[in-house]
Amino acid sequence: MTTAIEPGKGGLRAYLTAEVSNSPTQASLQRLYFGCRRFAENPLAMIGLGILVVLLLVAIFAPLIAPFPMNEQNLGRRLLPPSGAHWFGTDELGRDIFSRVVYGSRITLQITLLVASIAAPIGLLVGTVSGYFGGWTDTVLMRITDIFLSFPGLILALAFVAALGPGIRNAVIAIALTVWPPIARLARAETLTVRSSDYIAAIRAQGAPAWRIVVKHVMPMCLSSVIIRITLNMAGIILTAAALGFLGLGAQPPMPEWGAMLSTGRQYLLGSWFLAAAPGIAILVVSLGFNLFGDGLRDVLDPRDE
Amino acid sequence: MIEVENLVVRFGKGKAAMTAVDNVSFTVKTGEAFGLVGESGCGKTTILRCLAGLNQDWEGVIRIDGKQLTPKRERAFYKLAQIVFQDPYGSLHPRFTVNGTLMEPIKIHGLDRADERIDRVLKQVGLGPAFRFRYPHQLSGGQRQRVAIARALILEPKLMLLDEPTSALDVSVQAEILNLLTDIRDSTGLTFLLVSHDLSVVSHMCDRLAVMNHGQIYEELTVDDLVARRYREAYTRQLFEASLGYDKRLTTEQVKALDEAGA
Repeated sequence: MTTAIEPGKGGLRAYLTAEVSNSPTQASLQRLYFGCRRFAENPLAMIGLGILVVLLLVAIFAPLIAPFPMNEQNLGRRLLPPSGAHWFGTDELGRDIFSRVVYGSRITLQITLLVASIAAPIGLLVGTVSGYFGGWTDTVLMRITDIFLSFPGLILALAFVAALGPGIRNAVIAIALTVWPPIARLARAETLTVRSSDYIAAIRAQGAPAWRIVVKHVMPMCLSSVIIRITLNMAGIILTAAALGFLGLGAQPPMPEWGAMLSTGRQYLLGSWFLAAAPGIAILVVSLGFNLFGDGLRDVLDPRDE
Repeated sequence: MIEVENLVVRFGKGKAAMTAVDNVSFTVKTGEAFGLVGESGCGKTTILRCLAGLNQDWEGVIRIDGKQLTPKRERAFYKLAQIVFQDPYGSLHPRFTVNGTLMEPIKIHGLDRADERIDRVLKQVGLGPAFRFRYPHQLSGGQRQRVAIARALILEPKLMLLDEPTSALDVSVQAEILNLLTDIRDSTGLTFLLVSHDLSVVSHMCDRLAVMNHGQIYEELTVDDLVARRYREAYTRQLFEASLGYDKRLTTEQVKALDEAGA
């Protein structure tokens, strides 16, 4: 047996790769470390991660990156093609498109993160509770899920926004309502395979209350597939948000939301293509980034490959 | 310690119902090691799961430590009886370290001195403190089964329910685990109820045994009687001879018996 290595002795690397962990923290850090190493071996996933990191940095440092304020109008300089002064050109009100795309990343990031942090817990909870308890609980929860699933996502989001009124907050709520049902289904399916396993029987035989089993023992087993699913859904969320913006039901002018920018750009498509192209490409690149990242995560997290 | 009277377990409803355990009665005295033996599907594991509170759909009377049990148990019951499962690859949560697995019962029952308990129980099953923060995938089959035994012991139960604790392990490791269980019993005076299809395991561990088939107990006898071949039932003889190893005569006999049963 190898001798235990103290943290610090032999450096961080030795601490992370030590055969014997000395604390719960070290054990979970080691797990994280090996996960990251596997992720780093996947070049496409790293590209995805790179895109997301750039998106994050751009969103954080938007005021520093953007050469112009996002809403500064200059009617004398409207619809200018891309140039050194205006990298992506200017729009119909003479606003710098590059600056608007940069500020728009904040809105996009905000929407996706909000939707994910609303939809993932709801889906996880509904799915695991439904799968673990079965019977009537399962029937009721799954029929509700079915009702949500039976509408196309965008249509449902449209209906909610129409009812709640346009605006970014309502768009987030509406999109979250369309995103949780597939996650609930997924979590339920995972729960069904987990709940008949011996390790769940073992914790039941130790007298654990049902809520503890669901939260501490079933949910961790579903978590990785839910994270993968929500990451892969991010692209869809961005597109739905953009579509709502495009239809005038999401972000309202003058907010530089990419979908709304695309929508205005449409009117000038023939003369000034760059009005639509810049936000369009931004949506494409970020969606791609999330998809690549999600694929990479799946390779690392999917318990079936362990 | 255990009294089971007229236990009946049915799976399914109506015409499709299948009786897994058919009117089974037996008693196990405190400190005794009792074996339930039979082939796969004879209902022995089902009885164990009823005792452990995992199967809540049964009829009859079960008394453990003098108290009559209901299908739904109170939390205190689980401190009294603990179960060890057959497959150590499936019975440990893959996302929990050994420490996490052993912490759960302590938290559930609100016990104090957690570190001390975990260290002691790990020592008891022959695993050093070095194993405490490992995940199951970093352990061998035998080590996993030791962790599973440690998990059962940490609540200091009076009764251990063992569901074929060695049959998923290598032959070399089987002996280790059996010796460990015997040592534990010698040092703690626990009552054991062992379910197995392997008569040699049962005769190594137990004082008395019951032979089961088709959900019924065919015969109850002591291990001494078994070894001296003082059994009444032909089925017990079959099992006993099968445990001695492969035998051409016996195999032909069994095939013939199966043919007759089929015809």
